[in-house]
Amino acid sequence: MQRTALLAISLALSAAISAVVAAPVNYKIPDEVAAFKPGPNLEVVQGNCSACHSADYINTQPPMKDKKGFWQAEVTKMIKVYGAPIDDADVGKIVDYLAATY
Amino acid sequence: MFDRRDLLKGAGLAAAATALNPTKALALDTVTLPFANGERPLVKYPQKRPMIGLTSRPPQLETPFAVFNDGPITPNNAFFVRYHLSDLPYSLDPDKFTLEVKGKVDKPLKLSLKDIRKMKATEIVAVNQCSGNSRGFLDPRVAGGQLANGAMGNARWRGVPLKAVLAMAGVQSGAKQVTFNGMDGPVSDKTPDFVKALDIDHASDGEVMLAYGMNGEDLPFLNGFPLRLIVPGYFGTYWVKHLNEITVVDNVYDGFWMKSAYRIPDTPNNAVEPGTAPKATIPINRFTIRSFITSVPDGAKLKAGGTTLRGIAFDGGKGIKEVAVSTDGGKTWTNARLGKDLGKYSFREWTLPVKLTAGSHELKVRATGNGGETQPDTPRWNPAGYLRNVVETVRVTVA
Repeated sequence: MQRTALLAISLALSAAISAVVAAPVNYKIPDEVAAFKPGPNLEVVQGNCSACHSADYINTQPPMKDKKGFWQAEVTKMIKVYGAPIDDADVGKIVDYLAATY
Repeated sequence: MFDRRDLLKGAGLAAAATALNPTKALALDTVTLPFANGERPLVKYPQKRPMIGLTSRPPQLETPFAVFNDGPITPNNAFFVRYHLSDLPYSLDPDKFTLEVKGKVDKPLKLSLKDIRKMKATEIVAVNQCSGNSRGFLDPRVAGGQLANGAMGNARWRGVPLKAVLAMAGVQSGAKQVTFNGMDGPVSDKTPDFVKALDIDHASDGEVMLAYGMNGEDLPFLNGFPLRLIVPGYFGTYWVKHLNEITVVDNVYDGFWMKSAYRIPDTPNNAVEPGTAPKATIPINRFTIRSFITSVPDGAKLKAGGTTLRGIAFDGGKGIKEVAVSTDGGKTWTNARLGKDLGKYSFREWTLPVKLTAGSHELKVRATGNGGETQPDTPRWNPAGYLRNVVETVRVTVA
């Protein structure tokens, strides 16, 4: 699913580039530079979270006292509210990474 | 009325946009917002000056606060940007753009940008402010976009009243709300699309507008080109960008972005005890009254003697009655001189000459609206971090 989304984005981008002469508006956003900090299960986080948003969505969150509770709630929100297709087996790994890293 | 000047400007902008090269996202510099984990890159996007980068996909850009000292109108290239979902219409053809008006109407419409520009135009100066503006200052902190005070701006919007478009379509009896959808959307079809709703009376009040112009130019792409909703006095969540779908409905719209998100406590001041959850909530609506000192940043070192303080104030649409300033931490207050009145939805500039003696001073500013609303001394708190309007304090050292 997330790969499909990323593919869709890159297809959209290449379509945008090839349409540079024809399309009256062809807005180019800067390259994405924000990255996830190194940590346990980094690849699981990259594979899931990056499908819909850049890493700075996570990097800029405030330092919370109850890190585990905070990030568990955020991951649950992504799944329940925004429909993120995260495998059950990955949920704990993602929460552990976020709580340990941010 | 056909406005040739606007069309020419539009053509110029389109040509300029076509020529824009992809930019490298080299962080030009960084800024540190005054709360924990407040370091942000300054980023350069097409049509924008260097802005405080909150997120890059989807893009969210905050206005550097010094911009607000340059005048009551926020330049297009400095105006804040906020998106929710990552699929933006980066490649769109304004000649093929269509606004659809449908639902409980006698005559569904499909209007081109030309059709809309041919209608009688109207203008209004109005503040747009993100619901989450200033969220980073909350104590205790809450999840969400961690913004300082720069997710606001004031512009002269040009377009047509929504009322006129609804009248063309003929709203049927029994209509309760109007919903608004833009061309931006989610990358997953499981994510709720960003759709907002206004009550039919509000939508037909003659002030809510479909805008194609901003400060004499076309809307910048990231501010909703080619058409966005303007809801004067209301938080930015309702100002749907890239607006292409208007639906009249006979119920209270219950989509996620109305029913679950952008809700405030249903309490007298829309606040709850910090760290607690409200029992009942309502959709966020009008701005709370705010004022800022723009001429002196917090922590500034000033020379003893006379100086003129200046800043801005605004509210949810009653207009600013007075602005009072204190240079002694709130013990005594002096009314400032108000600047030109650009309308009740606009930033209102203020100035006040003061004499500062050597030592540390707390400068404070407090606005009062024509409806009597004023700013609290202690911040209100709610779980989403909305409606912040505490009396602002700027600490300075004078020598």
